Amino acid sequence: MTTTQPAPTGQVVPLVEVTIDGVRTEVPKGTLVIRAAEDIGIAIPRFCDHPLLKPAGACRQCLVEVATPDREGTLRTMPKPQASCTLEVSPGMVVSTQLTSEVADKAQHGVMEFLLINHPLDCPICDKGGECPLQNQAMAHGRATTRFVDVKRTYPKPLAISTQILLDRERCILCQRCTRFSDEIAGDPFIELQMRGARQQIGTFDSGVLGFAGDAPVGAAELDDSGRPFASYFSGNTIQICPVGALTSAAYRFRARPFDLVSVPSIAEHDACGAAIRIDHRRGVVLRRLAGDDPAVNEEWISDKDRFAFRWQVAADRLVAPLVRDGEDGSGPLVETSWADALDVAATLLAQRRGSLAALPGGRGTLEDALAWSAFTRVVLGTNDVDFRSRAYGGAEEADHLAARVAGSGLDVTYADLDGADVLLAGLEPEEEAATIFLRLRKGVLAARTHVTVLGPYLTRGSAKLRATLLPAAPGTEAEVLEATDTFGASDGDRPRIVLVGERLAAAPGGLTAAAALAERTGARLAWVPRRAGDRAAVEAGLLPILLPGGRPVADESARAEVAAAWGVTPPAAPGRDLAGILDALRAGELAGVVVGGVELEDLPDPAAALAALEAVRAAGGVVVSLEVRRSAITELADVVLPVAPPAEKAGTFLTWEGRPRAFAAVFDTAALGDAAVLGLLAEEIGTPLPDASMPAWRGQRVAAARLDAPAPPEPGPGQAVLATWRLLLDAGRGQDDEPHLAGTARRAVALMAESTARGLGLQGAAEVTVRGPRGSVTLPLVLAGVVDGVVWLPFSPRERAGAAALGAQSGDIVEVTA
Amino acid sequence: MSESSERAGGQPEEKRRGLGGAIGDLLAPVAGFGVTFSNMFRPTVTEQYPYVRHPTAPRYHGRHQLNRYPDGLEKCIGCELCAWACPADAIFVEGADNTPENQHSPGERYGAVYQINYLRCIFCGLCIEACPTRALTMGNDFELAGPTREGLIFTKEELLAPLTQGMLGVPHPMVEGTTDRDYYRGEVTGPTADQIAWVERERPEDPTLEGARQAAATKAVR
Repeated sequence: MTTTQPAPTGQVVPLVEVTIDGVRTEVPKGTLVIRAAEDIGIAIPRFCDHPLLKPAGACRQCLVEVATPDREGTLRTMPKPQASCTLEVSPGMVVSTQLTSEVADKAQHGVMEFLLINHPLDCPICDKGGECPLQNQAMAHGRATTRFVDVKRTYPKPLAISTQILLDRERCILCQRCTRFSDEIAGDPFIELQMRGARQQIGTFDSGVLGFAGDAPVGAAELDDSGRPFASYFSGNTIQICPVGALTSAAYRFRARPFDLVSVPSIAEHDACGAAIRIDHRRGVVLRRLAGDDPAVNEEWISDKDRFAFRWQVAADRLVAPLVRDGEDGSGPLVETSWADALDVAATLLAQRRGSLAALPGGRGTLEDALAWSAFTRVVLGTNDVDFRSRAYGGAEEADHLAARVAGSGLDVTYADLDGADVLLAGLEPEEEAATIFLRLRKGVLAARTHVTVLGPYLTRGSAKLRATLLPAAPGTEAEVLEATDTFGASDGDRPRIVLVGERLAAAPGGLTAAAALAERTGARLAWVPRRAGDRAAVEAGLLPILLPGGRPVADESARAEVAAAWGVTPPAAPGRDLAGILDALRAGELAGVVVGGVELEDLPDPAAALAALEAVRAAGGVVVSLEVRRSAITELADVVLPVAPPAEKAGTFLTWEGRPRAFAAVFDTAALGDAAVLGLLAEEIGTPLPDASMPAWRGQRVAAARLDAPAPPEPGPGQAVLATWRLLLDAGRGQDDEPHLAGTARRAVALMAESTARGLGLQGAAEVTVRGPRGSVTLPLVLAGVVDGVVWLPFSPRERAGAAALGAQSGDIVEVTA
Repeated sequence: MSESSERAGGQPEEKRRGLGGAIGDLLAPVAGFGVTFSNMFRPTVTEQYPYVRHPTAPRYHGRHQLNRYPDGLEKCIGCELCAWACPADAIFVEGADNTPENQHSPGERYGAVYQINYLRCIFCGLCIEACPTRALTMGNDFELAGPTREGLIFTKEELLAPLTQGMLGVPHPMVEGTTDRDYYRGEVTGPTADQIAWVERERPEDPTLEGARQAAATKAVR
């Protein structure tokens, strides 16, 4: 077995003694020679070798001279130099690298000369120039001048593999890092080696190159649900690991050179995975983001959304100055004003209505922001009417679940635990919603250490890549299916079991209760995976109507006393209203105003009703104060808009779904203030400064999780189906604005249903179906797939067409389906 | 060496002896003018700048210029090697993509932004050594003073060599069937009929069209 990393098991691996360049060292059996050399500080040049990919021996740059003892113990040199990236150490092996062996040095020089024969040497215009391993090693180990006088092999360039990834085949040295990554890590073999000999090249499926005269390939071609050649969500990683400039990104193409860039380590803000990234900027503009290296979290990989979606932070509709209403009565249009004026207006409006105010802080902030929101709500607004959840599902059951099992639970299930466990995914589609979890699960699955069971309406492509077992469940029946499940996983309990509950499971009444019961029944550990970067921090900070910071229940007097001791102000004793309750109270006039954070109107249960509620409260003399990065539907309705900093312009700490703090520093030092700073100024203006106190996790009695019985599953009538939907990684979200190249790699929107469902609805042979909900309808191409009978699946908010968001229906609702 | 120092040391003694007495005392006040008088009969080195302008040495490091190929395309590919080489960090470049509709230089990339800050430039010439396409050269112009800081940051428009007679204004496509290497080897000698036709279609008012037509015609006759 040739592993690149020692197996993460507890068993003792015997040590092997080898000598490298005269240095004797002991390394675990199975270690590759190139790693053993690295261990003692000897760098052997290489291109194809990557510690997280399987050995390939494709580039031959790492040739070394090797001698091993024969049966009598006499040292015998191998007749030819060996590739150190594929060769495992053996007892008594003597390795001479280019530092001590003329043979190895000459071999490496020869390989370098061959690699450069067809390389165009267009370093001046190449995006990799300046950070290129080939360039560096050619300078260090190559010849000063070329002996090659013939015509180089050329290809048309660049070849657009997707709208984002550009392939320059002339520069490629065929190391196969990209194809191995796509195959071994992402599971999307969208590029592959083609042809032989001098014409060997990397390419997509191209009948012209492959010599197929119009025929379809014999085997299954890699097509996605929509029937078009596959584009990967992880394709950006191939750019980063390409040791030459053969793969480049359209968004970064020719924008800068490595020596222009200032790099700052940071944390990705698009999901709750907390992937480490590196932000490269030049003259105050972020030009690209790369994956950071964090073995505990994302290893060296990030999703394309984390990599390419960053221009939303400086979009044209970014708020630069506070806005207030023009005119004496505050009914005029929003106009820019000074911070002093805006804070004065906001403080006056809020102070007048103290006691009948609520807060909707959103789930995108850092832990510091969430704590500030929590303190602001309790101390300044004097209420428990606060809910970070700005999405179409989740009521008291979810709040209880979060209070009982998530808040203050610290670092429990981690990424490392996912590798080597039987995992049940409920209400979670990791490839779309938590890309880092997907990669970690896939790593374990490929090594046969992890088994994945998925609860959902059909086996998605992402689940198929996890070789998952499907627990089929129509939306609304999740609780029932979970209750009927006695066990899961492939092992007989010798591997730990983990239940990962996505935030979507809250949409199914009783689902969270059933998942917790199943975890208890099977001895599994339970973890909650939200979608947004700030959701876990919001739970920890107590941004729920029944929760105070650190998992302290509002209803518990000693918990309130602890908070009072830290803050100097006793928080209100009565549990507050949740999202739906706040919106209802605003509409009914029971609340006189709301402070809104990073909430997108379209994410709320009923955007039209939410809009009406905000309009109603303003019409009744109430107040809406909005803290936002960019103009949105809610800022347009606000009395006062206070601009806050996007992640690149503030420092803070995101909490991953695990509860792992991920601190990051500000990339740019601008005048923009984070949520916490703005709330602090506002509180000061109102005359109640925010307490600056941290609290340890609550050790006392927790909220008792409500046991909710599952209601009867929905029964679709004739011409109807149950809607199943979730968000895709690349959708029409505002975090992906201004990224046309990235948008082109999004999945095409299709409607999926089983053949039997289509037959029952009279849709045999229909190319497109129209799905109708209470608020509208969408027409999408129909694709037959193994979806649970009676269910139609639509993407929630796809990039190029309307999706389930336009229907006004949620997952589990009944919709009409016609041809 | 020792001889001259000896003489220099001995001279005052000798002078005092030779010019001693009353005559010496009489001439003493004007003795200092000796240097002045002797220089009156030597050739003048003072230059009457700016009334009289002498040419600099041929390889003088003066103001930079961004050159063009004979068909008018820019040689600069926006590679930033000049900026990398610059010890004074005086050069700022941003590259961009050449597209069929917007081709500024042969190949894939061109310099969209090009600035040299002459308040920083030390005229060392490392930038022109670094230039892989001979796009950046230095001229003999040394009159680089100005009243404002902004004015001394020269932009691409100021640095770009003017279009000489027969060159076609950019953007326009490359000569059909050529690569950037053909341009570099000097195999393109002027605009072709296709390039002129493209500019006629896209920018009928372009002032360089007439000259380019003439250049193309004479070349065709030849």
